[in-house]
Amino acid sequence: MTTLALQRQPSLAWLGTLTRSREFSVFLALAILVAATVAVNPRFIGAQSTKDLLLNSSILVILGVGQAIVIVTKNVDLSVGSVLGLTAFATGKIFIAMPDLPVIAMLAIGVGIGTLLGAVNGALIAVAKVPSLVVTLGTLYIFRGVDFAWAQGQQISPSNLPETFLALGSGALMGLPYLALIALAVVIAFGLYLRNFRSGREFYAVGSDVLAARLYGIGVGRKIFTAFAISGALAGLAGVIYAAKYGNLDATAGQGLELNVVAAAVVGGVAIAGGVGTVYGAAIGAILLTTITSALPVLGVSPFWQRAMIGALILASIALDRYLALRTERRLRGHDKHAG
Amino acid sequence: MLVDTARPTVEREAVPRFGFLRNWDTAIIVAVVISILVASTAVTGFASPRNAGFLLIDMIPILLLALPMTLIILTGEIDLSVASIAGFISCTFGALWNAGLPLEAIIPVCILLGAISGAVNGILVSVVGLPSLAVTIGTLALYRGLAFVVLGDQAVTSFPRAITTALQAKIGSTGIPVWIIPVVILAIVFGIVLHFTGFGRSLFAIGYSEEAARFAGITVARTKFWLFIVSGAVAALVGIWWTLRYGSARGDNATGLELSVIAAVLLGGVSIFGGKGNLPGVIAGVVLLAILRNALQLASVPEDTLSMLTGGLLIAAVVAPNAITWSRSLSRKPPSP
Repeated sequence: MTTLALQRQPSLAWLGTLTRSREFSVFLALAILVAATVAVNPRFIGAQSTKDLLLNSSILVILGVGQAIVIVTKNVDLSVGSVLGLTAFATGKIFIAMPDLPVIAMLAIGVGIGTLLGAVNGALIAVAKVPSLVVTLGTLYIFRGVDFAWAQGQQISPSNLPETFLALGSGALMGLPYLALIALAVVIAFGLYLRNFRSGREFYAVGSDVLAARLYGIGVGRKIFTAFAISGALAGLAGVIYAAKYGNLDATAGQGLELNVVAAAVVGGVAIAGGVGTVYGAAIGAILLTTITSALPVLGVSPFWQRAMIGALILASIALDRYLALRTERRLRGHDKHAG
Repeated sequence: MLVDTARPTVEREAVPRFGFLRNWDTAIIVAVVISILVASTAVTGFASPRNAGFLLIDMIPILLLALPMTLIILTGEIDLSVASIAGFISCTFGALWNAGLPLEAIIPVCILLGAISGAVNGILVSVVGLPSLAVTIGTLALYRGLAFVVLGDQAVTSFPRAITTALQAKIGSTGIPVWIIPVVILAIVFGIVLHFTGFGRSLFAIGYSEEAARFAGITVARTKFWLFIVSGAVAALVGIWWTLRYGSARGDNATGLELSVIAAVLLGGVSIFGGKGNLPGVIAGVVLLAILRNALQLASVPEDTLSMLTGGLLIAAVVAPNAITWSRSLSRKPPSP
């Protein structure tokens, strides 16, 4: 009978799953926020401001994807803001030394630097078996310190950077900014990888139950190392993009960003307890946080509320996750009773 | 939460580490003595009463915050929001002062507000059952945000000089600040509670095994709830201290202080997994960090190098115990008793 019902109404079942997903509720929150803001000021959804919104959220989206993968393994990467800052400054320095470097090579170098820094995190966490929170809190300050020591108060301005590179930050293809396209490509690539590849699914296995994953034969340490390398690589990519977008670079680039990145992932339904969540959710979370920033002034709320609201959103999201987990647990227990 | 799974249960049970931790304490205290000796001879101006006074005064906020943080980490939890609570209270202090309230009214209100801020953490952790790491990352943002909501990007600096100088008063010509005395008394109270009362022992039990503690009749949730309240109240004291010491209430006061506090606690030999550590070790950790910072500042090492040092010590403090356990297990197959 159940099979029959499923065969008869496949579209409805699909709809039910969609509306119950965490991604959908975050998307709904985003839609309500946009609708409310548009009601106050219709120009909020105009072509230019939509483009600005996409442009502004692309960096947070890319970082959010990396953070989502790390949090899925039940870890956290607090060093992403510092990795971004160091890579952004390195981008400027490299262009001053080699102005004729092709943009694509710079993107590759940025990813390389980021991967290296992420590997430092990953090695400390996976090999020495210490909590990622403490390690990345430490490297947050170490990487930033390296950045400051290297910069020595120096500032890089757009005139130091090649035109073709700056065009990456401001240009668009058929109305869509390049940066948004890169972010979209990152989201889709990692979304497909995590969902459809065995090695992608293994991240969830590690985060759900380390012991079970180990018994199953998954190299847990290597998996966690990879997650941090990916997070570092994406932070490196975001650093190059930051350089292309802003052009003005000093050692403070991306300072304090880690909080927004963790918030984006958590708000997007990536459970901090590990094993649950998608990069799509993290991406929508990142767009939601960016939209709040630009919606607050339109709604007449002081921008000083921004950080407090991000904090409140984090708390609301983890509370919601806890509630959903408890409900699922209860439902599973109920089924057990019927079966036994 | 992260802490829970990262905990290598099997290895930890196999290798008894109590002996090692005793060595760790001794090592930290020896490090304190060595750094004092080296700094006194190598850094000009370090070994003067004037500098000793500065060193002790600068140590007060971290020492204060390290006391409740030690208890919280011992139970296997963490409080990342302490610096934000201090900043929030600093701004509240400034706003109330601007409103013309007397100090005798402001201070209790601020401490109460700090305790309430801590209670919010406590409720979310112990009643709702959320991981303290996630909760306090959230309230780190929330309370820092509220600090800016209270004062915006303005600063309140209209405090009378008499108060700000009174905070820096020294005992005679010794260079020892008067206000270190109540802080030391508070540290002794925390030490007695932790090491000589049933409540203190229950904290170790919770950190070692929460389930076992619960079976032993310890009210785990209530205990954690109270720890977060104490942490919030002490953070409020730090907020008040910071405001008056620097004569300025600003939204970004005490930013990033939680790193130094956690670094000092872990450096003092408290296990991030909970259940192991002691207060004398933590105080040695606080003193060691303060001496290193002070000596390097006198040697005009730039601020960013100092924060790199703090970050490096933080990592060293968590990596070293595991690295030593690891190398021991490599050198002899059966773990030594």
